Amino acid sequence: MTDGALKVEVWRGAERGAFQSFSVPRRQNQTVLDVVTEIQREQDPTLSYRFACRVGMCGSCAMVVNGRPRWTCRTRVSEAASAEGALRLEPLRNFAVVKDLVVDMAQFFDKWRDAHGYFAPAARPPADFAVVPPATPARQAADAAIECIGCGVCYSACDVVAWDKDYLGPAALNRAWTLVNDVRDAGQAARLAAVAGDDGCQCCHTHMSCTSFCPKAIAPTYSIAGLKRSLFWQALKGGTR
Amino acid sequence: MTAALFLAQRISAMVLALAVAVHLATILYAIHGGLTAADILARTHGNLGFFLFYSVFVAAVAFHAPIGLRNVIREWTSWRGPSLDAVLAAVAVALLVLGMRAVIAVYVA
Repeated sequence: MTDGALKVEVWRGAERGAFQSFSVPRRQNQTVLDVVTEIQREQDPTLSYRFACRVGMCGSCAMVVNGRPRWTCRTRVSEAASAEGALRLEPLRNFAVVKDLVVDMAQFFDKWRDAHGYFAPAARPPADFAVVPPATPARQAADAAIECIGCGVCYSACDVVAWDKDYLGPAALNRAWTLVNDVRDAGQAARLAAVAGDDGCQCCHTHMSCTSFCPKAIAPTYSIAGLKRSLFWQALKGGTR
Repeated sequence: MTAALFLAQRISAMVLALAVAVHLATILYAIHGGLTAADILARTHGNLGFFLFYSVFVAAVAFHAPIGLRNVIREWTSWRGPSLDAVLAAVAVALLVLGMRAVIAVYVA
């Protein structure tokens, strides 16, 4: 369907607000981000939303589209619209709404820090480059989880985050898992302790919403399962409290 | 959940997976065999194997159930902190005492 008008309901306001209806011309190969941009440029310049790269690299344009969290720049209207050709756009769930479709990502990224989702170098620089053969299991495990763009779709989809605001969440734990598999990293004990807290990896219920919705086809559920396994053996050895 | 609780939860779950299966199979066997209470007590009385098996079973329950309850309460309510841990430690002790009381009663009967 490329003719006619698309009925678009867009969330306006912050935590409190209402849906505003727009009618947007239907175009060929139109993405959901195209629709939002057209509304903002042609109909209502006060509409706030966030985007940067438009090609699925930056992770800034995620929204809830017809109930599903998605990256809007790589989501065509044809695959997201309802049978009646309507779109309902909301800000990501589990985030504080700043305005309209813009959410506050601060808590989301604070949790990456809390999960030690960063490289911890050794006290002294290594004498030479670390050789990490691509075929090693650790490197392959890291590879499987490394392409995260930090869009927040998994965090928006996660049931556990919805009922426990302190849960570290799939993205932060996925990042931690890539570093658990980094043979150069010198902060492993502290990282496992960080992801083992009362709001850590053990809270995951394996609902797999993160894995189902991740636009990069990453499986944070498997990363979290890996953390649980690492934690189990580490705890058995008495390595973490 | 701390790593120690996580470990205790997982290991007790492994024990329970086996123990519950044996327990259920034993119940089915006893019922289908038409054993009376007196017959059962005659078999359990002074049976060290029975005593050890159910002692392990009770210990696993005493670990597993309160940790699971703690997770459920933390997820569904805002109850946190030492008061929650103290109450669930009491639940653990109660399960251990009640369970072992039953095991000992059947062992010495």
